[in-house]
Amino acid sequence: MSRILPWLAGAALIALPFVYREPYPMHLLIVVLIWSSMYTSWSVMGRFGLVSLGHGGFMGIGAYTTALLWNNFGLTPWLGIPVAMLVVAIVALIIAWPCFRFRIIGHYFALVTLALSAIVLQVIIASRDITGGSLGYTPQRYNGGSSIFALQFTDKVTWYLIALGVWGVALFIRYRVDRSMLRYALEAIAEDEDAAAATGVHVTWEKLKITLISAAMTGFAGALYCQYQMFISPDTVSGISVSLQMVFAAVVGGIYVLLGPTVGAFITILLAEFLRVGFGTGAVGWDNVIYGSLLVLFIIFLPQRLVGTVQAKFARVRTA
Amino acid sequence: MFDIFDIYLLEALINGVLLGGVLALLALGLNLIFGVIDVVWICYAELIMLGMYGMFFLFKIYSVPFLVAAVICIAGVGVLGVALHVLVIAPLLGAAPINQLLATGGVLFFLQSAATVMFGIDFRNLGIRLPVLEVHDMFISYARLLAFGAALAGMVVLYLFLSRTYTGTAIRAIAQDRQIMPLMGVDARRIYIITSAIGGALAGLAATLLVLQYDVHPFIGLTFGPTTFMICVLGGLGNMVGGFVASFVFAEIISVSGLYLDLEWGYVFAFGFFIAMMFAKPQGLLARRA
Repeated sequence: MSRILPWLAGAALIALPFVYREPYPMHLLIVVLIWSSMYTSWSVMGRFGLVSLGHGGFMGIGAYTTALLWNNFGLTPWLGIPVAMLVVAIVALIIAWPCFRFRIIGHYFALVTLALSAIVLQVIIASRDITGGSLGYTPQRYNGGSSIFALQFTDKVTWYLIALGVWGVALFIRYRVDRSMLRYALEAIAEDEDAAAATGVHVTWEKLKITLISAAMTGFAGALYCQYQMFISPDTVSGISVSLQMVFAAVVGGIYVLLGPTVGAFITILLAEFLRVGFGTGAVGWDNVIYGSLLVLFIIFLPQRLVGTVQAKFARVRTA
Repeated sequence: MFDIFDIYLLEALINGVLLGGVLALLALGLNLIFGVIDVVWICYAELIMLGMYGMFFLFKIYSVPFLVAAVICIAGVGVLGVALHVLVIAPLLGAAPINQLLATGGVLFFLQSAATVMFGIDFRNLGIRLPVLEVHDMFISYARLLAFGAALAGMVVLYLFLSRTYTGTAIRAIAQDRQIMPLMGVDARRIYIITSAIGGALAGLAATLLVLQYDVHPFIGLTFGPTTFMICVLGGLGNMVGGFVASFVFAEIISVSGLYLDLEWGYVFAFGFFIAMMFAKPQGLLARRA
């Protein structure tokens, strides 16, 4: 039963828009799926104690590179997104390789990657002649807004299926990582880098692999976000707030569980929408007040969700 | 005597020094907290933001005299620092450092959005225009000069406190060895609370100075926060002298590149320099080679 359950759930999700296609719930589902992919990408490395606050930067690079290539060179996102992922991976390599090489770990790593988020934000704002600065950036509409070539669709169902596919791929990558040697190597590294190195784990290389995977996935999801929203601004796709938002949602949902970040995305986005619809513009900011308090409470009262002991991890994986 | 180019450069250099003084004050508070409690307050700049709002409301709305308002603000943010320690940090003292960092990240979200909810997103300022000093055709803002002076004074007072008083000695001792000092009869909890109060008060002092130069809005913390963390890490977390040096290096980079390009590029260069230095000297600017 447990073997076919994911396939049944997947089939049900694919079938959903053909049964029920109200635009607003569809929009919410698409947004949840895109952010779920993003949070899952973060958790791919976050679950091994590699707490990166640079993912806001990766998302921003992914989104802006794709949009800039499309507007300035007419490069279709089908090629633009791979290019963007490559750029993200190169940036991740430039930051992460020296970090791992020089053993910058724990909160030092978090602070260095935080600097990356801040840099990406500042570069986007500073090069306002190209990126539009704080005012944001819009990919040009092509062929009335619906085109496979431009990866632009006005139809919500199409977007839902795309987002579902991307989300599925993100989950699949995380699933594969969880069942690979990489995972055991990284768990050993998370416990004790020196001991792991002594048993023959190539610490720098293994950490680099997971970082590149996670960063490229985040860049991809960022590009997708841009294609769906058709508008990006520095504050919504890069910077520290976005990075913290990823950490927050993943932590609330649970980073050791495959569907944890997805649950986190559901909780955070639905809460924000509920407040927005229920209380109108008067509720601006309340969602973050609640997130902030929840994040603090979760970390204080459920610390094993974040950085647990080996036993807690294994117990969790077995029951999950 | 000077040609025009040199004057602008000199002006940028002087403004860099003045900016460095304020950054050094910010870094000092964070470094003190880190050195003693071994915790990074990611929400440090948000405390400053609240202090700036405090100044705005006291001075502008309730017309409290500036100096009185400043004292109330410094004390108030000090109390906030203690509250932050007791409510958030104390329950997490035994946890991995990254947990505390993320918990204060939650506080950052909380304070930022609470300020949005309470005060709205309008930019507010005290409406004080301090005169601009003109020396040799260079324009130096009086507000910056005042901030620089007050920041230096604050640092000297802190230095005297840490080196001359009994409590200060205990704080330094705890910073050196967290395990042994409680065995020597130092009440670590009391020291932590005092340190948090001082760290908060330094944020309060910074707030009273920054409110003279910047408009306050709920996201102002994001302007100072990242810069402050990078300075602290650049100087070596917990290393107060390193943080002091790093502040001026950072401020000069921001100020001088801001002269040739945009101010934002100044930040970009400074942040880039930070990342480059992390790889060259991961333990901080003044670290000895291990």
